Amino acid sequence: MSAQMICSNASLGYEGGIVAEKLDFTINKGDYLCILGENGSGKSTLIKAILGLKPQVSGEIKWCGDVKKNEVGYLPQQTVVQKDFPASVREIVRSGCLAKCGLRPFYNKAEKELAESTMKQLEISGLAKRCYRELSGGQQQRVLLARALCATRKMLLLDEPVTGLDPKAQLELYELIAKLNREGITIIMVSHDIVSAVKYASHILHIGGRKQLFFGKKEDYVRSATGKLFIGSEMMENE
Amino acid sequence: MSNYEKLQYYFEFSYVRYAFIVGILIALCSSLLGVTLVLKRFSFIGDGLSHVAFGAMSLATTLPVMIKKYALEWTGENKLSPRMQSVVKWFAELNDMYIVLPVTLICAILLLRTGQNTKIKGDAAVAMISVGSLAIGYLLMNRYPSRANISGDVCSTLFGSTSIITLKTEDVRLCIIMSVVVILTYILFYNKIFAVTFDENFIRASGVKANAYNLLIAVVTALIIVLAMNLVGSLLISALIIFPALSAMRVFKSFRAVIICSAVISVLCAAFGIIYSILYSTPVGSTIVAADLVVFLLFSVISAIAGRRKAG
Repeated sequence: MSAQMICSNASLGYEGGIVAEKLDFTINKGDYLCILGENGSGKSTLIKAILGLKPQVSGEIKWCGDVKKNEVGYLPQQTVVQKDFPASVREIVRSGCLAKCGLRPFYNKAEKELAESTMKQLEISGLAKRCYRELSGGQQQRVLLARALCATRKMLLLDEPVTGLDPKAQLELYELIAKLNREGITIIMVSHDIVSAVKYASHILHIGGRKQLFFGKKEDYVRSATGKLFIGSEMMENE
Repeated sequence: MSNYEKLQYYFEFSYVRYAFIVGILIALCSSLLGVTLVLKRFSFIGDGLSHVAFGAMSLATTLPVMIKKYALEWTGENKLSPRMQSVVKWFAELNDMYIVLPVTLICAILLLRTGQNTKIKGDAAVAMISVGSLAIGYLLMNRYPSRANISGDVCSTLFGSTSIITLKTEDVRLCIIMSVVVILTYILFYNKIFAVTFDENFIRASGVKANAYNLLIAVVTALIIVLAMNLVGSLLISALIIFPALSAMRVFKSFRAVIICSAVISVLCAAFGIIYSILYSTPVGSTIVAADLVVFLLFSVISAIAGRRKAG
């Protein structure tokens, strides 16, 4: 197992306000890490730090092995703009190759083929000419996933991917992500769906109250005090 | 004279032909970026910038008068020194665009910046800058009139030349150069503009400099607004930018189809508007915008019918 990202004693936040501190965790190749935490616990700031959009206040986030900074495929939460965006599925998937283009104005043949094969892999080839805004929520997430896979095949960062999907689509998306993970892609998923996190992830990072509550293997999380507390409260809410 | 003969008569003049070409080019440019501006929820920035352009235009036209007045007061004499006279003459002969363009560009960049700054929210900043420059523009024109007909000047800056024939040859040359620059930029950066429009965060995460492309969009928008000011005037520019995009988005489903359709709509409407305005001597700008509006209504009806057919 080789480490791809090491976050050591990192503090995140804005000028004058620390959102989360003393974050210590390592992501290895092939991991499925689930980042849990309530709203406002610093999850989105952590995402920005991992993506390299907002540097940490102190500490270190180090990339090693085969992954470099800016080589994380990102599946963001949907924005209002995207909901009624007139674009075909193919156009969106291709835009994942943009970083590979550099200053070259158009996509080359290899990039176009990459887009086609990725669509095939995620079983959305049939939708290639369809308009993004007319797809169902689950199909839209598949399109964005295909785009992220065009950008990189090493690591994916998914920001609450199942939000707004119906239970069947949620299940399908979770299974698809698990399948990609089995194929060797490292997955980082931000979520507040503890039940599914425990079901699918290999590692859990739980942040809350400005600090790291837990990091480790899923099995240990279930047995830990934090895990028991949160899984318990989640179960009660569901009942 | 029949309509056809009338057109033939007008098109024999080279400046009418040039004006026609310029009109078409401006319409093409404005429609290209319109889609991005509408989708990025930036349409109001276009509107704000057009008011800035009005203010800058007023500044440009009143500058020689202002310099003359204060130079006279300063020296206390009733005649300008030859040196001052040449300065005033230089400013009077300077093409307004050389003042309007930089001012509008700077404001475009500033407005884009405030979008990221939370002290004054984006829309408030736009409102502030746009009404501010309207007020100052009118104030300047009123206080330092360069010609006797102030309301005529104001009217033509707001609603465009009353007749396309009043465009100067130098304007025409500058317009053609700038439109070619805009169109080439758009084609070369088409994929980047698409990605920035659809999802800024994603491409930023993959290491693409999204802010640079946002800046590019702002700069090109400013260029287009300054360009279009001659044709339709500063109040109607937004219409030229927004209507074709909105019409195309009603019907078409891929980004490329929307862009092409909106360009076609815009060019056809501009051609129709210019020809109509020659034949029936209507103001050019408002005729073009009216044509755009009609097309928009038409496309809305088409999309409504198509939607119903699909549902049924």
